Amino acid sequence: MEKGTDRVKRGLAEMLKGGVIMDVVTPDEAKIAEEAGAVAVMALERVPADIRKDGGVARMSDPTMIEGIQAAVSIPVMAKCRIGHFAEAAVLQSLGIDYIDESEVLTPADDEHHVDKWAFTTPFVCGARNLGEALRRIGEGAAMIRTKGEAGTGNVVEAVRHMRTVTNEMRSLTTMGEEQLMSAARDMGAPYDLVKEVAETGKLPVVNFAAGGIATPSDAALMMGLGVDGVFVGSGVFKSSDPEGFARAIVEATTFWNEPEVVAKVSRGLGAAMPGLEIETLSESEQLARRGW
Amino acid sequence: MSRVGVLALQGDVREHMRLLEQLGVDALAVKKPGALDQIDALVIPGGESTTIGKMSVRFGLLDPLRSAIRDGLPTYGTCAGMIFLAGAVTDGDQPLIGALDVVVRRNAFGRQNESFEAPLEISGFETPFHAVFIRAPWIEKVGGEVEVLSSIDDHPVFVRQGHLMATSFHPELTGDGRIHQMLIDSI
Repeated sequence: MEKGTDRVKRGLAEMLKGGVIMDVVTPDEAKIAEEAGAVAVMALERVPADIRKDGGVARMSDPTMIEGIQAAVSIPVMAKCRIGHFAEAAVLQSLGIDYIDESEVLTPADDEHHVDKWAFTTPFVCGARNLGEALRRIGEGAAMIRTKGEAGTGNVVEAVRHMRTVTNEMRSLTTMGEEQLMSAARDMGAPYDLVKEVAETGKLPVVNFAAGGIATPSDAALMMGLGVDGVFVGSGVFKSSDPEGFARAIVEATTFWNEPEVVAKVSRGLGAAMPGLEIETLSESEQLARRGW
Repeated sequence: MSRVGVLALQGDVREHMRLLEQLGVDALAVKKPGALDQIDALVIPGGESTTIGKMSVRFGLLDPLRSAIRDGLPTYGTCAGMIFLAGAVTDGDQPLIGALDVVVRRNAFGRQNESFEAPLEISGFETPFHAVFIRAPWIEKVGGEVEVLSSIDDHPVFVRQGHLMATSFHPELTGDGRIHQMLIDSI
């Protein structure tokens, strides 16, 4: 009997496909997410919109708060550690967290290195803005990828940019000759074997969700239409005027993303989505997606 | 050619469809009740059973699923699919099809850190089946008509009841088609 294998780690992400993972900060919010049909929850102390507003150093959540959420729901519970903070990751593993998000939403602990994720039994999900970044994280042992987007903005434009970038780069690898792949690996700073694998299959070796800026059912449908396997919704649910309504509608739009009449139906009368931010109004240091490499 | 549907509300639909196509049948994603009339057998995939259940209720699939299965549609559920097919779960309250006469314990082996893969002895199979268990359920209690084909520590993980089959594990992740073939053979 083998635990913590690649297949088992990547396998859980396969089971989440077509679903929505929601940020929650209390057991009650976790129950709302589960009731709405979320496939998992991300337990954290503040949603990205508040982290952005409050400033300061954002760290792993208090274990008591994480355990409260684990006790409240039967669906998988994820939690975030800071980039490179292997000690926070070890704490999350000891708590029995189902997936660790090594996340740029928290303040990075190491500005050069990410966590060696092969050393853990618990699987990791990591953010990426492009194919090279995704393959570096997979090379370090990530079992799931999410395009970063720009968390806490309610603005989907960065999520779209990152997903389109990954897709275009994958497509371009599939058209290359064998002899071009090593230069491609050098240029994108990615492990050669993974570059070769993507060139052959035309897809990432792990599940890829969208994150960062998804605020409405149509945003979720847009990202599904761009080819992601599912979506993370951070501030978009609990910063909206009607969390139950938005949670449920985003789940339904994710399943029926290619049926506009369903997306229209679930969008009707929802009320105000979370307030959004123009990316141009953010200084470089306020752009969370720039964290990590 | 036979056509096998895969319930496609959420979960690892793609892996099941790929395996079915490799076995030489047509695979059809089932999202709406109308699709149930076009298939000869059904797979309920792995995923989150609460999500699949709630979406079935909201989009009017639960009752059509119940009647198609009652009318004899051969059906195979993996993991979340096993839970959704069951008559009852030990904890919590979620929509179930209720066709399989078993009581299921969800996440019975534990959280993700306890997920595992192992070779499994299955009655009637000549060689072990390499099985992947992910936050997997097991069967706590079986009814009189239910045949147990494999167990771990006395907990059934593969059962059959007439035209219904369910496993706690995921053959679609390893590509061993023997159990899917049993479903196809029962058409």
